[in-house]
Amino acid sequence: MTPFSLHRPDTVEQALAAFAGDAAWLAGGHTLIPAMKSRLRQVERLVDLSKLHALEGIEHMGDSLLVGAMARHVSVATSPVVKAAIPGLALLAGGIGDPQVRNKGTLGGSIANNDPAADYPAALLALNALVDTSRGTHAADDYFQGMFTTALEDGELITAVRFAVPLAFHYAKIRHPASRYALAGVAVARFADGHRVGVTGATSGALRWTQAEAALNSGGALPAVLVHDDLAADIHASAQYRAHLAGVMLKQALAAIGSAG
Amino acid sequence: MLTNLVLNGAPVTLDLPDETLLVDALRDHLGLTGTHIGCDTSQCGACNVLVDGMALKSCTLLLATLDGRQVTTIEGLGTAEHLHPMQAAFRAHHGLQCGFCTPGMVVAGIAIAETYGADVDVATVRHALEGNLCRCTGYQNIVTSIMAGAKAMMADAGTGV
Repeated sequence: MTPFSLHRPDTVEQALAAFAGDAAWLAGGHTLIPAMKSRLRQVERLVDLSKLHALEGIEHMGDSLLVGAMARHVSVATSPVVKAAIPGLALLAGGIGDPQVRNKGTLGGSIANNDPAADYPAALLALNALVDTSRGTHAADDYFQGMFTTALEDGELITAVRFAVPLAFHYAKIRHPASRYALAGVAVARFADGHRVGVTGATSGALRWTQAEAALNSGGALPAVLVHDDLAADIHASAQYRAHLAGVMLKQALAAIGSAG
Repeated sequence: MLTNLVLNGAPVTLDLPDETLLVDALRDHLGLTGTHIGCDTSQCGACNVLVDGMALKSCTLLLATLDGRQVTTIEGLGTAEHLHPMQAAFRAHHGLQCGFCTPGMVVAGIAIAETYGADVDVATVRHALEGNLCRCTGYQNIVTSIMAGAKAMMADAGTGV
């Protein structure tokens, strides 16, 4: 890694004050540090968020489940509050990476990075989540803007995510056996006024699967494959295969929540 | 940045550049070479250590972010004369061949025992080992070792040893 200065604020206010110039936030670091080691990313200033314990909270508040940005995957996976409110979200968190990664990786870090194959973005889209930051609130639909791109501005700090508590939710993914990232992952949430479907891994960035939503909400035939003009294709899986896998994951997720399909 | 750790039970103060990784501090500055660097990309688990009892990949931790924490490496678990029960189980059940992944496997095994207890089943151990790669033996004897080690650890805990 190229040299940088590390800053370790105790509060959000101190963190915002410490972020200046060529800087980056350090949450769990399990994407950022490997990227810095391979020099895909170089910064002059790293602001470590690990002492901001106020951002680790998990709370069921009325119609929403609030999860702090610094809540680690292991905390979400094992939280009785999450298990009671949105059990499928606990299952999703328990399936990210591996145990050591889950002991360190955070919700905020995952959605700030917005890897096109990350799990959380599909869930935020399906669960109509709100992303609270130091500068305001973003609806998930506006927040995710394609591969590694979000609505965040430089220096904007995610503080929490508020998930709408659905009647039912499930996330199904097929993982690449080595990298453990999703080749295709589909999150389905059922609300009183209809279904929402989020997809990850299959395209260049997480997105709503509006055709599947329309079919579910009208009782029409489900799409067998994901039709999209920006399907991902690489040495691991062709575009056609990913489109097919998305259809299979959709059926699995629907079966898990007992929705027709 | 000045960093204070409790390392293998003893206080240590290090003053190293901010970008220093825990694994490099352990190996290059403290001579604790039992913690290995395998992939260096947080995939293989050869660098696993315990931080406040939790298994983490030391190749992906900045030393200075661990100020005030307790770090335990393979060197802090047992001695040649008195192995940790998980180390003894790996020896008894031939849970290693070349030994490169073993420090990380033993640390992961201890975390599995602490999380799931003495009666952890095969499927759980296999699933919980997804962050550890072995390129020699396959995993059969490693899984057997961890199951035996978990029983031994919990028996020791039960008798207050």
